[in-house]
Amino acid sequence: MAKEQLTDGAAPALVVSHLTKRFGDRTAFEDVSFEVAHGEVFGFLGPNGAGKTTTVRTLGTLIAPTSGSAVVAGIPLSAAAGAEIRQLISIMPENPGLYLRLTVQENLELFAGLYSVPSPRARIAGVLETVNMAPRARDLCGRLSKGLRQRVGLARALLSDPVVMFLDEPTSGLDPVASRDVHDLIAGLRERGVTVFLTTHRLEEAERLCDRVAILNTRLLAVGRPEELRTQLFRSSLVVETAARLPAPEAIFTPEMGVEKWTPDGDATYVLSVADPKMAAPRVTRALVAAGADVLSIAVSRHSLEDVYLELVEADPEAEP
Amino acid sequence: MIGLDVGRLAAVARKEAREYRRTPFIIGAMAVLPLIFMINPVITIFAIGATVKAATVSKAVGATFLVLLVVPAVIPASIAAYSVVGERDQGTLEPLLTTPVRRGEILIGKALVAAVPAVGIAYILFALAVILAHFFAGNPTVAATLTEGSHILAQVLFAPLLAIWSIGVGTAISARSSDVRVAQQLGTLASLPPLAVTALVSFQIVPLGVWTAVGFGLGLLVIDIAMWRVVLAMFDRERLITGSRAVKTTGVGPGDRVAPGEVRRIQA
Ligand SMILES: Nc1ncnc2c1ncn2[C@@H]1O[C@H](COP(=O)(O)OP(=O)(O)O)[C@@H](O)[C@H]1O
Ligand SMILES: [Mg+2]
Repeated sequence: MAKEQLTDGAAPALVVSHLTKRFGDRTAFEDVSFEVAHGEVFGFLGPNGAGKTTTVRTLGTLIAPTSGSAVVAGIPLSAAAGAEIRQLISIMPENPGLYLRLTVQENLELFAGLYSVPSPRARIAGVLETVNMAPRARDLCGRLSKGLRQRVGLARALLSDPVVMFLDEPTSGLDPVASRDVHDLIAGLRERGVTVFLTTHRLEEAERLCDRVAILNTRLLAVGRPEELRTQLFRSSLVVETAARLPAPEAIFTPEMGVEKWTPDGDATYVLSVADPKMAAPRVTRALVAAGADVLSIAVSRHSLEDVYLELVEADPEAEP
Repeated sequence: MIGLDVGRLAAVARKEAREYRRTPFIIGAMAVLPLIFMINPVITIFAIGATVKAATVSKAVGATFLVLLVVPAVIPASIAAYSVVGERDQGTLEPLLTTPVRRGEILIGKALVAAVPAVGIAYILFALAVILAHFFAGNPTVAATLTEGSHILAQVLFAPLLAIWSIGVGTAISARSSDVRVAQQLGTLASLPPLAVTALVSFQIVPLGVWTAVGFGLGLLVIDIAMWRVVLAMFDRERLITGSRAVKTTGVGPGDRVAPGEVRRIQA
């Protein structure tokens, strides 16, 4: 149907360009541009107050941008298109906001009605199955733990089979077990090809779940695959371990070998900064062997996404109030 | 105008009715207030003897008439005053607004569920007063006055019109409030002014005839329409959501950016 065409088309699920939102003279986010493809799980990473929630609300047509433009689920963002866009997306806010005096089933019935979901009964049963909440359908939401409420929130966001699903900090305030539950559910969505826009301030969450991440701190600091961001920001390192201390390491670890810098790390271990580990590693190995050294190991060491994140946020002048 | 979808409107109304049924204060108000407001009519019916002068009787009936109209004015005001700020308090307002639902559907769905029981109770109380008067009144003029055409017309017209005003003003106050109790008190107060119309009639400052009833009815209709235009204009998604910051206590204040070191602590 209409939704199928949207998903099959080449147009991305989200196109955001130079989007800015100010509240009076406070800037929530500024000049933000990125694209999200269909079927992608896109992580929107940033510290508290970075503007993540405001971005979700803006793309979700709850608040109007101050400037810039966006295309959400194929429809240009505008006040007039609000209802049309909302029909195609779903948003799980930071607080799932269930009606606590209603049962799980009754909460979902309301939203099935609001999205005009066809055959709501079957659909509700289906989404409850997806989040493993089918046996709790008759429970009052007020009686559920925070983790279970989050699952109901996810079920609610799935009801309308949205083109894009926005999840705002879906694991904030959850204990590790409940968080893992939610992570598993999101990983399941990814497998099923659901497009997810996931905001978080938790790095391991972004790294585990997302195809690509954007790092936001009012302005967008970086966008890319976690992998790309690492190499984009850091020179890779080679860690070389030899059987004995090298008599003349400076003769081996030279720029001709692709090594920019080297430091000893302990007795017979050396950390080399290299531009391209794929080129440097074999060269360094050959040079070591030629010099008669016994190589125990050569490994490429990668910076974690956390390093990238901290590096960016720390270097950002706006980070310090 | 705004296209309304019956399915979405019904979904809102159904949810609203389910919530009210499980809200003690609403059930309590619906059960207790009508009893209180029947005290005056019962006294009028049973305590006025056969020998009391006609003028006194009609004064007493007038007061009864006023008291019965307080029900449709006051009950829905306090329910409507809860309707938006209550959702904001629970955190359900934002998820509701993320759906394709139109504001007209939210407002009408909520209004219907507040108005129907209030007007229903008002009509039942009036019918009850008429029946009691017919069979038990000590003075036959009581029943005769209560069942005058203009009195019945006024009850039938005024009850819904007063309820519509109350719900409108209650919703407007609710949309702007951050405190449920304050909203309910203000809402109840604001529901009272239109009762002045009925007071004019009850205290016989203006004699009640069919045409005065229709005239006052039209007057109420005009202020109802004006109030609902205001409500519709106020019910703007951005305003409702950003207005909620006053109540939210997530702990992220102005310029609250977490220093990089702190991120690690959050992680741990
Ligand atoms: N309704 C509002 N009025 C004024 N400032 C706001 C409002 N909402 C958010 N802000 C400000 O915008 C910035 C971004 O907030 P938010 O989007 O909630 O960040 P995050 O979700 O990343 O923690 C913060 O400085 C916050 O104080
Ligand atoms: Mg947030």
